[in-house]
Amino acid sequence: MPAIDLDRLAELARIELTAEHTAAFRADLERVLALVDRLQAVDTSGVEPMSHPLDLPQRLREDAVTEADQRDALLALAPAAEHGLYLVPKVIE
Amino acid sequence: MSAERLLTSSLRELAAALAEGRTRAEALAEAALGRAQALQERLNAFITLTPERAREAARAADERRRAGNVSLLSGLPIAHKDLFCTKGVRTTAASRMLAGFVPPYDAFVVERLAQAGTVSIGKTNLDEFAMGSANEHSHFGPCRNPWNPERIAGGSSGGSAAAVAAGIVPVATGTDTGGSVRQPAAMCGVTGIKPSYGRVSRYGIIAYASSLDQAGVISRSAEDCALALTAIEGFDPRDSTSLDHPAEDHAAALAAAGGRLDGLRLGLPREFFAVEGLDAEVRRAVEEAARTYESLGARLVEVSLPRAELAIPAYYVIAPAEASSNLARYDGVRYGYRAPDYADLDNMYRKTRAQGFGEEVKRRILVGTYVLSHGYYDAYYLQAQKLRRLIAEDYARAFASCDLLLAPTAPTTAWLLGEKGQDPVQEYLQDIYTIGANLAGLPALSHPCGVDAAGLPIGCQLIGPYLAETRLLLAAHVFQQKTDWHRRLPPL
Amino acid sequence: MNRTDWETVIGLEIHAQLTTRSKIFSGAFTAFGAEPNRQACAIDVALPGTLPVLNRGAVERAIRLGLAIEAEIAERSVFARKNYFYPDLPKGYQISQYELPVVKNGAITVQVGEGDAAYEKTVRITRAHLEEDAGKSLHEDFHGMTGIDLNRAGTPLLEIVSEPDMRSAEEAVAYARALHALVRWIGVCDGNMQEGSFRIDANVSVRPKGETRLGTRREIKNLNSFRFLQQAIDYEVRWQIETLEEGGTVQQATVLFDPERGETRVMRTKENAHDYRYFPDPDLLPLVIDRAWIEEVRASLPELPQALRRRLVEEHGLTRYDANLLTASKELADYYLAAVAAAGPALAKPCANWILGELAAKLNRSGIEIGESPLRPLQLAALVRRVADGTIAHAGAKKVFEALWAGEGEDVDTIIEARGLKQVSDESALEALVDAAIAAHPKSVEEFRAGKEKALNALVGQVMKASRGAANPQRVTELLRRKLTP
Repeated sequence: MPAIDLDRLAELARIELTAEHTAAFRADLERVLALVDRLQAVDTSGVEPMSHPLDLPQRLREDAVTEADQRDALLALAPAAEHGLYLVPKVIE
Repeated sequence: MSAERLLTSSLRELAAALAEGRTRAEALAEAALGRAQALQERLNAFITLTPERAREAARAADERRRAGNVSLLSGLPIAHKDLFCTKGVRTTAASRMLAGFVPPYDAFVVERLAQAGTVSIGKTNLDEFAMGSANEHSHFGPCRNPWNPERIAGGSSGGSAAAVAAGIVPVATGTDTGGSVRQPAAMCGVTGIKPSYGRVSRYGIIAYASSLDQAGVISRSAEDCALALTAIEGFDPRDSTSLDHPAEDHAAALAAAGGRLDGLRLGLPREFFAVEGLDAEVRRAVEEAARTYESLGARLVEVSLPRAELAIPAYYVIAPAEASSNLARYDGVRYGYRAPDYADLDNMYRKTRAQGFGEEVKRRILVGTYVLSHGYYDAYYLQAQKLRRLIAEDYARAFASCDLLLAPTAPTTAWLLGEKGQDPVQEYLQDIYTIGANLAGLPALSHPCGVDAAGLPIGCQLIGPYLAETRLLLAAHVFQQKTDWHRRLPPL
Repeated sequence: MNRTDWETVIGLEIHAQLTTRSKIFSGAFTAFGAEPNRQACAIDVALPGTLPVLNRGAVERAIRLGLAIEAEIAERSVFARKNYFYPDLPKGYQISQYELPVVKNGAITVQVGEGDAAYEKTVRITRAHLEEDAGKSLHEDFHGMTGIDLNRAGTPLLEIVSEPDMRSAEEAVAYARALHALVRWIGVCDGNMQEGSFRIDANVSVRPKGETRLGTRREIKNLNSFRFLQQAIDYEVRWQIETLEEGGTVQQATVLFDPERGETRVMRTKENAHDYRYFPDPDLLPLVIDRAWIEEVRASLPELPQALRRRLVEEHGLTRYDANLLTASKELADYYLAAVAAAGPALAKPCANWILGELAAKLNRSGIEIGESPLRPLQLAALVRRVADGTIAHAGAKKVFEALWAGEGEDVDTIIEARGLKQVSDESALEALVDAAIAAHPKSVEEFRAGKEKALNALVGQVMKASRGAANPQRVTELLRRKLTP
């Protein structure tokens, strides 16, 4: 099993890990990955991956406008909103 | 007939009592609410109770009945797992992240049951974002087992199973991604069905793992499950994986059945009975159930699911992978929790998600991120998808020689709260019997089939081929006409 | 010292916003310019429990484009999730097609350059895939915060990816313009570049001439005009060559073009590239497109530019160059076809000449699009007919053209009549003018008789002048020749 770059994972997942958490998570993840590593023993050459239980084509909808403006109701859910906008800490491009 | 008595009756009995004027929806709602409140401290089965809304809905149901305008389920009290969005009622997924989230819409299942005239009394406890097999991972505290409050109710739909087992409501909704309807049903001594993937719309269900999530119902009997399932299934254009399949009246099929199962071939997967952690009492009870089925005319055949054990690693790659992506939307921007203090945008994300999610959810997000990340995708995610196909093919092969599979629902009865300690893998291993049906998209149900020496319920699982819900329910219904495990009540 | 000759290699990724009424995965309206977040529904803001349902109209437009670039339409294509965090990306992932796109292996042939220097170039199109757009971050200050508008989130895009087939900024611009014309031609995109309906990313690298491996590329993001495309590539190529010639190396990077400074600057390098963790979207089954649907879409397509081009050469007798020019936009082609339909196929060439000559120059000077031309195709056709049947001479025709353009009349014949522009072809009237010219210019007569052909032109000019342009120059030439040749 390859070493886990926990900092990189936490960075990708945007989850802050405290020092004490890091050790506990590392131990947990190692156990979980040891469990899922059992997959590696199986020969799956020639097997088509199955990403969904339904073997059906995707159902499409007609191109019609069915949603009315719900801005006020939706913005009311936001932790910070003003002038009809969601507010977030300054985005630096 | 006292209201409390009514709450241990079947849906048909309750419907009859309402129809004959022996009770009213409002009285049933009061009884359900009263019992829920009385047991809340002991069981913690609910995250939110909605007495005002329940009374209003019950009064409306009584009104409709006076006007002669009712369906069978009208006026019956129910509860929804707090993973189903409910318009105007907070929907938390048992997470701090959504502790204050009030959706502006109802889930399809909620809509359907409201249309059927049922009266929801509240939202039941669960593992956070449905990730767990014990209902211990809830921001609102663990749900407890009505048979023994020191023990787990099972998960993730623990609150729904406990509410039904405790006689609070005759039916509650659940979702099942890896066994989350069947396993708590088994732990709490009630009947629960997970339909075929696509049977019930996922619209309005807070997603855990989209290719595995499926709504189901928990009730006191197969017949009650049939009635409730008939109400919630059907095509929904808002979920593109919802089947455009003609509605089936499962309950009518059950009513038409005789008391025999002659000709039904029940497959016993050899590997399932050889699982190392399978408790001897559970094994005995399930084998006894098999013999009961045999006595009802079913033929027992041994079948093989050679990759049964690999379902666990496959599942614990696929489900976390999908979850890591499904839960990326909880970023503190548009709804839900936002950390109060942060340095910048990125820090806001990290802190919000660190504080908003519980440990198990974070674990699964990190595992999911790992198996999808560059360099590991083929070895883990893709390999798991290939395994998934092989496992689904194993099931298809088994169904060539039998009509239904019979297996334990879980390897043990309800364990003590905290017993599995800190090792997540110990909990994952409990899912061995249930996750195959999710990986393959198959319908499956769990019904009570005994108790262990400690008096804890044991569940028997039936798994069917795709869309064979009626067959599953019918078999369990015939079983339940012959046995009384499902009528036993916890010592509350 | 032997200076290296460099070759530029360019590939373009173009995001065309599709003309559907509703979004790609939700029923929210797509129109541009609404108040912030008024067109962002529960699905667009990714409320828990919401699910995407694909818009048939978006798929139909992808098929249209695929057919127009003679590409393969995938019978089965797959939507994947591209995972990254950004406040304008509500789900924390973008739904896009990754491994299996809906359109692959197409090509278009474009005309590069002008006049004699013009040449044709075929650019291969690797793939075109469907995806959803993100919202917008508004960076003006809201108490030190950034505002997020999600109206654009979920707008359908077709990302059209070319092979690195272009060898100069001119070729890149010609390809981008041709694709821009094509998407509008087939009605899949309105092409409004100011509103961001057609955005271009350019992958640019350089290599020594003769080298077959590609150099390290830098990707210039989000160019929203052809001028910026040209400027950005020019700058980037210059910078890369300078860097390499000074012994430096080019690092793979994503850059932004600053139009005010005319420079590109680095946005992110390969080291801090994202790990997008693409995987098939478990909410969406494979997109399956059957033959019947493709044929239905094919039947609904207008005649495509390449087919029309062929027809203009083979049936209308135009040069390939003119045919390319006339098919540069649907509006121009429609104008031309309307004019020819009225003038008759025999007059296709003069119609083309007028449109590409006088009219194009006028439009260009006035900054007017062909669709807004005050001179309508039917008027142009009437004008061409009157020249052809000898009613007016070229000089007269130009006056009619001016009058029509200025709106000083509607009907060509009325203008000719009112302004006395009718060509004089009457033998006796012309003879008098010719005789007068011969008498007045004996020197030219002498020169012509001495074998100087050019002298005849001078005499014709004199007659035309005397007739104030009304004489039929062909007839005048004939008469002069007859009178001066023994």
